[in-house]
Amino acid sequence: MIRIERLVKKYKDVQVLHEVDLQVQAGELFAYLGPNGAGKTTTIKILTGQTRADSGSAYLNGFSIQKQSLSAKQQFGLVPQSINLDRELSVCENLLIHGLLYDMSRTSINQKAEELMEYVGLSDRTDSVVKELSGGLQRRLMIARAMLHQPMILFMDEPTVGLDANIRRKIWSLIKRIQQKGTTIFLTTHYIEEAEFLADRVAFLDEGRIVVVDTPENLMTRQGEWAIDRFTETKMETVYFDSRETADQYNRDQHDQYTLRRVNLEDAFLALTGKRVK
Amino acid sequence: MIRGFYAVYLREVLILKRRIFRQMLSWSVMPVLYLIAFGYAMGRHVQVGDHSYLEFLIPGLVAMSSMTQSYAIAGEINIARFYWHIFEEFQVAPISNFSYVLGEVLAGITRALLAVGVIVVLGMLFGVVLNYNVYFFLALMLNSFVFASLAVAVAMLVKSHADQALLNNFVITPMAFLGGTFFPLEHLPEWAQKILYFVPLTHAAEAIRTASFGQPFKFLNFIVLVVAGIIFFIAAMLCVNHARD
Ligand SMILES: Nc1ncnc2c1ncn2[C@@H]1O[C@H](COP(=O)(O)OP(=O)(O)OP(=O)(O)O)[C@@H](O)[C@H]1O
Ligand SMILES: [Mg+2]
Repeated sequence: MIRIERLVKKYKDVQVLHEVDLQVQAGELFAYLGPNGAGKTTTIKILTGQTRADSGSAYLNGFSIQKQSLSAKQQFGLVPQSINLDRELSVCENLLIHGLLYDMSRTSINQKAEELMEYVGLSDRTDSVVKELSGGLQRRLMIARAMLHQPMILFMDEPTVGLDANIRRKIWSLIKRIQQKGTTIFLTTHYIEEAEFLADRVAFLDEGRIVVVDTPENLMTRQGEWAIDRFTETKMETVYFDSRETADQYNRDQHDQYTLRRVNLEDAFLALTGKRVK
Repeated sequence: MIRGFYAVYLREVLILKRRIFRQMLSWSVMPVLYLIAFGYAMGRHVQVGDHSYLEFLIPGLVAMSSMTQSYAIAGEINIARFYWHIFEEFQVAPISNFSYVLGEVLAGITRALLAVGVIVVLGMLFGVVLNYNVYFFLALMLNSFVFASLAVAVAMLVKSHADQALLNNFVITPMAFLGGTFFPLEHLPEWAQKILYFVPLTHAAEAIRTASFGQPFKFLNFIVLVVAGIIFFIAAMLCVNHARD
């Protein structure tokens, strides 16, 4: 479980987080969604003890990251936004160092590593040097590494950024499977479809403020179930409807180009913030 | 308290292992040049006290190399921190600042011992076998401890790898030349000798040299090194927090 209370962070004079409050339940997959520079990574850095908040508090499974940092750090694994593997070392060696940092015995490191390599599809690459792995494989290795010490909470900062659609889907299913084992997952992303596909609940962060927290379903249906995108000569606009019939009715009265579709999470955020997320 | 230090240490050792041959070659370049230029070519007829200049030079090289090589751990830390972001792994792991510093300092000492091993072997090739006894070893360890600790402290404070290079140029290199490594301090004016007596390397060079000449060791040398080492180590521990932004 993650609890954040009135978190404030400033870099020099710029305030990056404005009294952020959040609660993530045990076993939940929580997506922290927001545009570039919203403060997602900053939040994760505070939660994982890499940066200090100016005020406010954060608890991981009840342990304060500020006051009981060693116990709090035992609770989670982190998949950071930028790759931070030891490029000169092999896959195995990267896992070994991580396990030793978490005070695991060599036998349990080997056992768990073997299982995880199978799980993320890296079994045949354990002796490869990391810099020889593709970006997608490196991401998967980072996820495996973060899971090695069997944390109850997993932080993932944009785990699929820069990957192609296929590999992204593979990583999504990996994330789902990790959640099914009971791990609480806190994931940041600026891909709306990622949040829509994966998350039990979504928080939308904009310029360091939480705009809304809800389930994707509730958020999507706030303005209706169906949407029509109309392309007029100068702009595109979207109109929402509660049922397909009313939408069809509307179409018959129009002469512009249009597409009828189900609403998605992006509509929710457009409505909430009046701008595109990507 | 010391949990996790071994992981930090092992990581540095594994990286070092991958390039050990290149590294050993590079460790031998500087000593070989000094031995040829100053020891063999120029210093053959120079006596320092009862010893040939070569015999005088080798303990100085040992002091200098153990300093520069243990201090070089700062470069490794910078690369891990600024280029590969591996330092984040340590920040996020449930290990104390003490463990982190200890792991890196031990890695620095390991580098220094290996580099000194190269010099001792080279010295033998030049026909110089000194008294490599317990005091020699102790002084060597302490010197590496002092400069590895200083290196970790500095690495936590700098904001970029370039800052680090600047510091090396203004602090480490002058010390390497003036700390009684290549010529007896008695040749310098009195005021300079006084200043250099506050420099840990001076004491390391003296301790290493007296030990390798089989002379009685000076208590002061060891006290200065131990105190400097402890101060730098504690400073390094405090500086780890500084590396968070
Ligand atoms: N070390 C720092 N010093 C100064 N400003 C910083 C620092 N780190 C982040 N910022 C600023 O804080 C704001 C939030 O950054 P953050 O990295 O948390 O955003 P983000 O939501 O993770 O964005 P992205 O999607 O690009 O990863 C940005 O305006 C950024 O420029
Ligand atoms: Mg980010």
